[in-house]
Amino acid sequence: MANTPSFVRTQMLDPKDPPITEKGAVKWIRENLFSGWLNSILTLVSLYVIYWVLAHILPWALGGIWNAESLSECREIRDASGVGHDVACWAVIGARWHQLLFGFYPSELYWRPILALILFGVAIAPVLFDTAPRKLLIVTAIMPFAAYWLLWGGTIWGPIVTALGFVIGWAIIKYGSATLGALGATIAAIVVPLLYWLFVAGAISGALGSALPIGIESVASDRFGGFMLAIVIGVAGIVMSLPLGILLALGRQSDLFIINKCSVFFIEIIRGVPLIVWLFTASLLLNYFLPPGTNFDLMLRVIIMVTLFSSAYIAEVVRGGLAALPRGQYEGADSLGLDYWQSMQLIILPQALKISIPGIVSTFIGLFKDTTLVVFIGLLDPIGLSNAIRADAAWNGIYWELFIFIGLCFFIFCFSMSRYSMWLERKLHTGHR
Amino acid sequence: MTDAQTSNIQDREIDRSHMKVSDEVAIDISGMNKWYGTFHVLRDIDLTVYRGERIVICGPSGSGKSTLIRCINALEEHQQGKIVVDGTELSNDLKNIDKIRSEVGMCFQHFNLFPHLTILENCTLAPIWVRKTPKKEAEETAMHFLRKVKIPEQADKYPGQLSGGQQQRVAIARSLCMRPRIMLFDEPTSALDPEMIKEVLDTMIELAEEGMTMLCVTHEMGFARQVANRVIFMDAGQIVEQNEPEEFFTNPQSDRTKLFLSQILGH
Ligand SMILES: Nc1ncnc2c1ncn2[C@@H]1O[C@H](COP(=O)(O)OP(=O)(O)OP(=O)(O)O)[C@@H](O)[C@H]1O
Ligand SMILES: [Mg+2]
Repeated sequence: MANTPSFVRTQMLDPKDPPITEKGAVKWIRENLFSGWLNSILTLVSLYVIYWVLAHILPWALGGIWNAESLSECREIRDASGVGHDVACWAVIGARWHQLLFGFYPSELYWRPILALILFGVAIAPVLFDTAPRKLLIVTAIMPFAAYWLLWGGTIWGPIVTALGFVIGWAIIKYGSATLGALGATIAAIVVPLLYWLFVAGAISGALGSALPIGIESVASDRFGGFMLAIVIGVAGIVMSLPLGILLALGRQSDLFIINKCSVFFIEIIRGVPLIVWLFTASLLLNYFLPPGTNFDLMLRVIIMVTLFSSAYIAEVVRGGLAALPRGQYEGADSLGLDYWQSMQLIILPQALKISIPGIVSTFIGLFKDTTLVVFIGLLDPIGLSNAIRADAAWNGIYWELFIFIGLCFFIFCFSMSRYSMWLERKLHTGHR
Repeated sequence: MTDAQTSNIQDREIDRSHMKVSDEVAIDISGMNKWYGTFHVLRDIDLTVYRGERIVICGPSGSGKSTLIRCINALEEHQQGKIVVDGTELSNDLKNIDKIRSEVGMCFQHFNLFPHLTILENCTLAPIWVRKTPKKEAEETAMHFLRKVKIPEQADKYPGQLSGGQQQRVAIARSLCMRPRIMLFDEPTSALDPEMIKEVLDTMIELAEEGMTMLCVTHEMGFARQVANRVIFMDAGQIVEQNEPEEFFTNPQSDRTKLFLSQILGH
């Protein structure tokens, strides 16, 4: 067309700084808090609400009394000081923190759970961070048995002889595959240790115990309580439910009819019934099913129930991740000649688990908080202990201070899990497909 | 055929000195039938592939081309008939299947690289785990093939950071790292932009020049004319016509073939 304007640029433009309103705090406030009249009103209302809440809580919390022997002494101090409002009585935390953390664990043995916790920190480092030295994995392998021994005490032979069962299983897989074949070795690696634990382990550890009595003072499960109990149940549940949940998810996806149906049945039954029911089952019913005379520790039963419960959830979360992978990934792995377990281990699960991280961590956080439910079957979790503390006449009537402390402790744990998962997601991000 | 596609025809002379068809059988398919549920996808397929052959399979969409070559490495199961690959019969025995899969390389339309592994790891994974090659040796082999497909400098990147053409060349290198005796290609270029098609076809032509036995589902008729020694036309789950490329394109016998060629070559 005749009047189409024609234009050729002869000189390229250099970039310039944006105008002052376009950067820094001013821009951020304008765009995020006052971008329109509705947004501005919401901002002002929110600011007022925040102010109102803090104005009530802060004087109470910050003006709290730390040195007192009882709640009534707290009140006397408050009245004497003449502040017009109510103040917190943090003295209860000072007086009873050890109970909230350790329950009725003997106080001269506090070093044992603390050492176990430190050991746990070292053991989990190589699992969580791939920059940690690989040699620490040895600590990871020893950790479960060492922690058991430290927490419950008793003869050292029990955990060692139990650990030996795993070594037997590992050795069968490692050296038996050649003669037994992969499937045979796997079955043998499950059956032989089981037989060993059922029929041989007890006798061996008994004999060793009487021949070489090495041990530390044993602590019964009913002395466990507070955060220690929550952490022991939570960590054991988390550590065991992840592999179990992954196996269940693979089972649910399997073409093998029996395995598939068993997985589906297990998952649906476990998920369809509230955890509290399972906990009651653990505390009451399991005794009927077990052979008479076996004294199966209540805490152990709870740990097993919590593990099974959260593994059903993990299985569903992981199944979501598996389903999200394109078929091509399975075919790519197959076409290279990788067998089922190789392709799962190397190709499918790393990707599916990466997708599932947020769901898995949510499940873990849920599990950790659900450990407070054990109060209903008579274990002294932090909430149960707060009741126990109130039963003491000195602290009768104190609620908020204890709940805030308990809440904070839980929050620290759950928040760090959530942060870790976000960090992990970012780290594993390798660009779009 | 569009301009873009015709322009992919090789501009250099093809070196045919190693392209020899021997009378050793590489793949023998006889009386093979396959159903998806009640749908009869592959009907009475008989096909013998000799070592060194370059076969192009073409045909309308849904005619069962992908299914046929996926049956060869047991990505799909066939219900009737016999498939013998490199002297091993495909049966339900998982050992046989894994053996055949490690001898037969396959490239997919959508590459199917593993996005969580680097290019180098993609290439060394199967040699290390299936062939039990030491890591160092596997990496050397991988670099050799990455140089061959002309992207050694990308070895430490992730697949998501590469272009489609580069990804497909990595996929070819990944298959080659297993030193396969047969390569299967399922529309390796149809997810690619025109300028990337050429780089992938060049790689495939080089493979052919080295005497690789290749089965290739593709609509790149330029490639078929230049490289193939046999073109197979499939329709409705059957092999309708097969011939040397020259004969196939200039003198098609069946009406279906004529119709297909007229559509794809565009008149
Ligand atoms: N998993 C499946 N289940 C049922 N039907 C299928 C399945 N996969 C393919 N089919 C059908 O089998 C027929 C052959 O499919 P196939 O993918 O082999 O065709 P194709 O020749 O490769 O086609 P295209 O050129 O579109 O890739 C099609 O009609 C398709 O709808
Ligand atoms: Mg296809």
